[in-house]
Amino acid sequence: MATEMKPILSVRDLHVSFGPAASAKEVVHGVSFDLGVGEVLAIVGESGSGKSVTALSSNRLIDYAGGRITSGKIELLRADGSVLDVTSAGKQELTGIRGAEIGVIFQEPMTSLNPVLTIGTQIEESFRLHRGLTGAQARVAARDALERVRIPDAERRLKATPNELSGGMLQRVMIAMALACNPRLLIADEPTTALDVTVQAQIMALLAELKRETGMSMIFISHDIGLVAGIADRVLVMQDGKVVEQGELSQILDKPQHPYTQHLLHAVPHFSSGTAARTDGARTIAPLPRPTLEVDDLVVRYPLKGGWFSKPVGAVHAVDGVAFDLMPGETLAIVGESGSGKSTTARAVLGLVSPTRGAFSVEAQAARPGQSRLPVQMVFQNPYASLNPRLNVEQILAEPVIATGTPIDKAVRDRMVALLKRVGLPEDSLARYPHQFSGGQRQRLCIARALMLNPSVVVLDEAVSALDVSVQARVLELLVDLQHEYGLAYLFISHDMAVVERIAHRVAVMYAGQIVEIGDAKSVLSDPQHPYTRKLIAAVPTIDRRNQHFELDTRQVPSLVRPVGFEPPVANWLQCGEDHKVRAEV
Amino acid sequence: MSYVIRRLRAFPLVLIGVSIIVFIAIRLVPGDSITAMLGTEAGLLTPQQRDSLAIYFGIDQPWPVQYWRWFTGLFSGDLGISVTYGKPVLSVILERFPLTLELALLAMLIALSIGVPAGIFAATRNERPADLGVRIAAMIGQSTPSFVVGLVIIYILSAGFGVLPTMGAFTPFWQDPLQNLGQMILPAITLGCAFASSVTRVTRSAMLDVLSDDYVRTARSKGASERSVVWRHALPNALVPVVTLSGIEFGYLLGGAVIVEQIYALPGLGRMVLEAILQRDYALVQGAVLFIALNFMIVNLLVDLAYAALDPRIRLEGR
Repeated sequence: MATEMKPILSVRDLHVSFGPAASAKEVVHGVSFDLGVGEVLAIVGESGSGKSVTALSSNRLIDYAGGRITSGKIELLRADGSVLDVTSAGKQELTGIRGAEIGVIFQEPMTSLNPVLTIGTQIEESFRLHRGLTGAQARVAARDALERVRIPDAERRLKATPNELSGGMLQRVMIAMALACNPRLLIADEPTTALDVTVQAQIMALLAELKRETGMSMIFISHDIGLVAGIADRVLVMQDGKVVEQGELSQILDKPQHPYTQHLLHAVPHFSSGTAARTDGARTIAPLPRPTLEVDDLVVRYPLKGGWFSKPVGAVHAVDGVAFDLMPGETLAIVGESGSGKSTTARAVLGLVSPTRGAFSVEAQAARPGQSRLPVQMVFQNPYASLNPRLNVEQILAEPVIATGTPIDKAVRDRMVALLKRVGLPEDSLARYPHQFSGGQRQRLCIARALMLNPSVVVLDEAVSALDVSVQARVLELLVDLQHEYGLAYLFISHDMAVVERIAHRVAVMYAGQIVEIGDAKSVLSDPQHPYTRKLIAAVPTIDRRNQHFELDTRQVPSLVRPVGFEPPVANWLQCGEDHKVRAEV
Repeated sequence: MSYVIRRLRAFPLVLIGVSIIVFIAIRLVPGDSITAMLGTEAGLLTPQQRDSLAIYFGIDQPWPVQYWRWFTGLFSGDLGISVTYGKPVLSVILERFPLTLELALLAMLIALSIGVPAGIFAATRNERPADLGVRIAAMIGQSTPSFVVGLVIIYILSAGFGVLPTMGAFTPFWQDPLQNLGQMILPAITLGCAFASSVTRVTRSAMLDVLSDDYVRTARSKGASERSVVWRHALPNALVPVVTLSGIEFGYLLGGAVIVEQIYALPGLGRMVLEAILQRDYALVQGAVLFIALNFMIVNLLVDLAYAALDPRIRLEGR
């Protein structure tokens, strides 16, 4: 037993730098940890904390990202009992351990598989490299590997290329590939961040099961403590390239010592089943005000054409009969998985896609062109991509004003300065360019831009999803403050239930292009009625529910493609609360 | 398959458009076939002689009528009679075409077999001296005019090695392959030089992009060797821009390479078109341009089919 206690991976005083030696920038400063055989270590931290760099140093993949291990030791206990110092290993030894002794799953399954090779070829490669299998043998092994990650119809999937599978399926393929040669250590680098919450639950359940089956060790990298709570034995918290705290899971969760760990645990929104929902909703006032935005029977369909003469053969029903209203000062969150039509709904409200039919009425619709007051503005998900890098802040803020045909005068400039101050950016930002700001600051800039025209409705499409957890919390606070100040109505599109709980007054759950449940946030989140809402909420990882077991479910989302002229049956709504109704399933 | 048919359906429209433009453009150039053929002696013609020559050439009619006659002739494969050669235009073109096609194919073969490996070599040594060397060589190759390259090659071979480019009447490949290749190899290298340089540059930048993609990292995490990462995982993903470039260059080469044909005295399409323009050989210019346009369209179609073959994400059906 004494030899069994030897850690599979032992990292001592690891320093990693990037860039040429002369101007090297050190991003990991003296990290040390041990990983026991069969143990799951979670490395938690925000982007730039060095968690991925640390983990990817253990098989020296970091070399290819421009990184260099400048000092320290990484000792890997190999399957044959020998110990390899990874920092000084040669090329041959490194390709020998990659895949065979250390498997890796990455964050983005959509981009992490080679788009031009079939799934089968890519899995077979692992067996070819480390097991010397070829031809039919490799094929059988690949099929078994796919079956092991519970992919139905594995034989047929082998011939598929990555573009033919969904993100969740691809992440299973990634796992199958990483585990092909039974590595004793699996590095999972934010393996579920890019996935929908129900798919995330599936992948986490699968990883837990596979770990039980194989007894492998795992390094699980995440920014979400709630997520790792269900799988980790030990947690290592990183900040700015240093380990600030490490210990047993329960110790970190229940008795965090370092202020940063406490901050991660408390300042960050965790889903609490509706108990943290907002109570300042507009519908509590006795005479209901006129809605700012009313959407009735919104339908967005994309025709599908086929055959020799491009005849219409069907239509993608992206949004089908969506209806809701939005009061001033109210947040309606639309939640659902990718492909559920939530972003399409938002885009239709903004006029970015033209609806097939449906009625809108916006309170400030009277705004004529040339009038500097426009009713609907938006903030998008990616603050890096939604600001033109060639424009400085002043030009960015001027854009919406110019679009209405208003001259940029002193009053407009004063408003720019005031808004910048209000969203918490320095006043001297006007002459600066987007690349000089951090992600959180850029999103504040996007918010300021959206407010330039004094809108009544702001569409926030996954507006905080790309931000780090603590930045996210501060931006959410800002949004709530601004809502009070200006009486803004928010249409908040998100897949993150914890965030939704913090900002929404009401929640609409979308599934396959339709709203299946809508009502006040507290009621919907604490007492979900529709089976899909229940499934969605059950899938949200939380610290409280960390010991709950989540069943594996490999059913696919139904197709949105319908035959020509198909009209869905009229929704039958069941009232199940004062402001809470659910679609009856036929 | 239905995609190919749909693309082919667009061909006639494009060809009609091209033919109208050429038809008008060549007639806007001052002078006509008669003055071009007879030179100053054209002034000695009596009006009657001039008229009968005009009727003979078919240029007595108004333009629309001339175009209609020529256009209806197309359907019976009749592109008209070349004034300069006194033969049907189609047979003049088809006589010249094998040489041009062979030259273009050889040049492309040379370009790809030098350019792709050189681009990969440079990309995998990004910013190191070897990369810099390849980039400088590619820059020189691309910016040096082909006549300079051609003359330098001839000079080096004849003065340095006593080998002279095989001159004399052009021998088709099927008559005497060796003799033919002897005649073609130098012009092909001359054309291939600039072509290879562009291929190198495009391959290098495409490979640099692809090598930082996530799936390349995945391949490395599986323990794939560098060689397999580069050739098996990265290269197929980097080939799309290389195919685009090759298609465009190849299309141009099928229109003939005037300067190289001139230097090596080769009877290719390029010189033929040049002479036809100088001679106001309307029928030949029209026929040749139509032929070149058709080639271009076929090459473009092949390029698009190659995309689909290279990348399963590119679906041609249903577009």
